[in-house]
Amino acid sequence: MNEEKQVVTALRTEPLQIEFLYWEECPSHERALRLLRDVLAQEQVPADIQMIRIESDEEAERLHFPGSPTIRVNGYDIDEDPAAPVGLSCRVYRTADGQTSPLPPRELIERAIRVQTRDPQLSNPAIGAEQQTR
Amino acid sequence: MTAGQHGLDLGALLPAFSLPATDGQMHSSESLASQGLLVILFLANHCPYVAAWEDRIVAIANEFADRGVTFAGISSNDVTRHPQDGQERMRRRAREKNYPFPYLYDEDGAVAAAFGATRTPEVFVFDATRRLRYHGAVDSDYEEGSHLQNYLRDALDRLGTGQSVFQPETPLVGCRIESRQGS
Repeated sequence: MNEEKQVVTALRTEPLQIEFLYWEECPSHERALRLLRDVLAQEQVPADIQMIRIESDEEAERLHFPGSPTIRVNGYDIDEDPAAPVGLSCRVYRTADGQTSPLPPRELIERAIRVQTRDPQLSNPAIGAEQQTR
Repeated sequence: MTAGQHGLDLGALLPAFSLPATDGQMHSSESLASQGLLVILFLANHCPYVAAWEDRIVAIANEFADRGVTFAGISSNDVTRHPQDGQERMRRRAREKNYPFPYLYDEDGAVAAAFGATRTPEVFVFDATRRLRYHGAVDSDYEEGSHLQNYLRDALDRLGTGQSVFQPETPLVGCRIESRQGS
């Protein structure tokens, strides 16, 4: 275990609260959930995962659902885009090499978990600033 | 038909249609090809599964165009629900991705309904007599990898040499088509 991970583990006391929002019509949610669990195991971070099935446009609107799958770690979207339209649809993710995918890139999940397992203002000023505005 | 899958039955005739395309022309089921194999692809700009498969679709279309196979894409989503699927965005997408085939606009979803198409991407391959010989996915995984089963490529290879298709129907994976007709 490297030094950074030891610090993260030491700071982590409560399980992360993860909301996993999905629409059954978009099949990538099953693979995305496996990916999320794999990253949590890799990072050795305890987490409570709440599965939230979205079934109507009204629900999508109420929960600000920008598409399936959506993962929120301690309330923060792993790929926050305030301009993204909400509604029942399959979510578009961009990979590091610029490709489009229905699956969130592993790096996005890792980053979101790492940010939330330490003081976000210390580890990522940009995200910390964004969170302060909420 | 694969369990839970809708659409034309194998052996069914190509449904008749006539639609405007991104090249500014009208394309019909008759004008698209008078001979050889015909591949109809239901696509959608907004769909990440289409985007994930897109480069492979374009590569197959380029490869098989040299072998006398005709391709056409059709977009059938309701643009009030998915504005990205409107004609101007279709033109842009076809240009950006160098679609080597016409991209047809099925404004009211009637053609999707006639095919029984429910997903994007969804592939229909017709033989020279315009009978359906393959229906399903492009290949076995939207994530590219060495483990892929190349359903469409294999179907075209076999049909092109007069053989029947090993897997004439394969499971559909993609976005639901949400047309004005509620397909």
